[in-house]
Amino acid sequence: MEIGEDLPPKDLPEVLVIKPPPPMILFGDEFIAKKFKILKAWESPLPLDQFLTNYAHSVQAVLCSGASPISPQVLNLLPSLRLVVTASAGINHIDLPECRRRGIAVANSGNVLSEDGADAAVSLLIDVFRRISAADGYVKQGLWASRGDYPLASKLGGKRVGIVGLGNIGLQVAKRLEAFGCNILYNSRKKKPVSYPFFSDVCELAANSDALILCCGFTDQTRHMINREVLLALGKEGVIVNVGRGAIIDEKEMVQCLVQGEIAGAGLDVFENEPNIPKEFFTMDNVVLSPHAAVFTSESFLDLCELVVGNLEAFFSNKPLLSPVTDE
Amino acid sequence: MESIGVLIVCPMNTYLEQELEKRFNLFKFWNFPDKTQFLNTHKNSIRAVVGNATAGADAELIEALPKLEIVASFSVGLDKVDLGKCKEKGIRVTNTPDVLTEDVADLAIGLSLAVLRRLCESDRYVRSGKWKKGDYKLTTKFTGKTVGIIGLGRIGMAIAKRAEAFSCPISYYSRTEKADLKYKYYPSVVELASNCHILIVACPLTEETRHIINREVIDALGPKGVLINIGRGPHVDEPELVSALVEGRLGGAGLDVFEHEPYVPEELFGLENVVLTPHVGSGTVETRKEMADLVLGNLEAHFLNKPLITPVV
Repeated sequence: MEIGEDLPPKDLPEVLVIKPPPPMILFGDEFIAKKFKILKAWESPLPLDQFLTNYAHSVQAVLCSGASPISPQVLNLLPSLRLVVTASAGINHIDLPECRRRGIAVANSGNVLSEDGADAAVSLLIDVFRRISAADGYVKQGLWASRGDYPLASKLGGKRVGIVGLGNIGLQVAKRLEAFGCNILYNSRKKKPVSYPFFSDVCELAANSDALILCCGFTDQTRHMINREVLLALGKEGVIVNVGRGAIIDEKEMVQCLVQGEIAGAGLDVFENEPNIPKEFFTMDNVVLSPHAAVFTSESFLDLCELVVGNLEAFFSNKPLLSPVTDE
Repeated sequence: MESIGVLIVCPMNTYLEQELEKRFNLFKFWNFPDKTQFLNTHKNSIRAVVGNATAGADAELIEALPKLEIVASFSVGLDKVDLGKCKEKGIRVTNTPDVLTEDVADLAIGLSLAVLRRLCESDRYVRSGKWKKGDYKLTTKFTGKTVGIIGLGRIGMAIAKRAEAFSCPISYYSRTEKADLKYKYYPSVVELASNCHILIVACPLTEETRHIINREVIDALGPKGVLINIGRGPHVDEPELVSALVEGRLGGAGLDVFEHEPYVPEELFGLENVVLTPHVGSGTVETRKEMADLVLGNLEAHFLNKPLITPVV
């Protein structure tokens, strides 16, 4: 008998959810509630630590996302925890060393969101260079007829694109942009078995690139990695695209550089203090903004639901996780 | 060559106009309110016409210029040039192929992504200051979607190559099936439209391809289908397209060209599944300069009795 099949609800394995991850907000809990008993902390009037103390003592698995960080404080209240599943690619909201120390396995979205993330990065890059959103606005305000032709944009082909972080998403970005005739360069924690030129220093990568695309994770090492020095090295014709995390860029400095014309444009899906964004962006037509939606497609979210359930099923039947987070 | 009369039919590129002025006796058609009088006065000195996608050399203009030897178009599309008349009179015609292929293909994919992922709409949403935490919206994934291309010439092939990098299965319609291609051929546009998610128009505009996107094709593409037009406005029956989009019978559209540029049907302005660009397919600094140099190079070659660089007639 498969785990969860034909068992009455009280015998289903328990999964704690502190705050509903986006798939649960969008689809409800049906995709998971048939096979697991969901402990919904957010529905309780009790403060979180009280709730966990009262109800989560024997919980072995937690499903989370960026909205519900797994900190040492939370871990302390989950003495039986053996698995953290996050419905996201990013894992910066999980204290990984602490989980390792306690022997808690961590699973994320593996590769199911990588194609979308890459598509979003490429679409932002094309849009910034070719001014697609700005031109769309121009037409929809009736300005083509009244003001005439739109100013010329910049060709994508032949541009040197520096990818910061050559993991799943970065590699997919590289593969796509090669078809547009871009020259790919990269920086990563470690050199990879690829033919693209490697730069161990992000500043040097920027100096040799016409565009930077951030596809790396957010860690202590990458916080504000893109600072004024890197942006100046990128240069006045340079463009930056960020589908990682907002705080990888020193946002204040980036705004200054855009205002002063020290870089030519930016395509941003993430920001330091979402959903608050610097008001200077509102009037810049060389910037394209999206609301942390790089992986928010119907197709990927269905895949993500399947993967989350798959990881939980594997765990509870003592099988290997489908998408464990490795130390690589 | 400064005595050679060259007529440029509409404003198209400052660099091109400046260079033409340096080398030839340049007449800017738009500076003469009385076109008939202008042509009568100068018809015997004009030996070349420079046109583009907006205006070229139709039968009337060709007949009015008895000394016309060459029409050099600042475009790859030649639907505004009466090629038959030029052939008849031994007038050479050149265009600007290859140099703009990549830019146009890039835009086709850029429009596809922008429509499916609602990029322009998202940008407007964030700019409105209305972004609230937890405000999620799901769009449509681009990777893996079937892409159908009408016309597999230089631009069509370049579009296919890019779409392949997104793992999109490629199918096409062309006047004749191409040998040795791994892409799936459909013998009619309706069949192609029935079997793809994103339909891209990339063929030349001719008598045969006018309104190649009609009601039947739009119905076949359907409420989840997306039309991308980087060809010419008249490829599409525009009123049919507008009503299909307004009524939700077509899933979305990315349009760079229109039947009566610069006029765009206002019913499209409020649709979030529609992305509109003002005929910018080749509109980059780099490419327009290459196109201009090609026009200049062709004219120079002609008047120096050298082989033309990119002749069509």
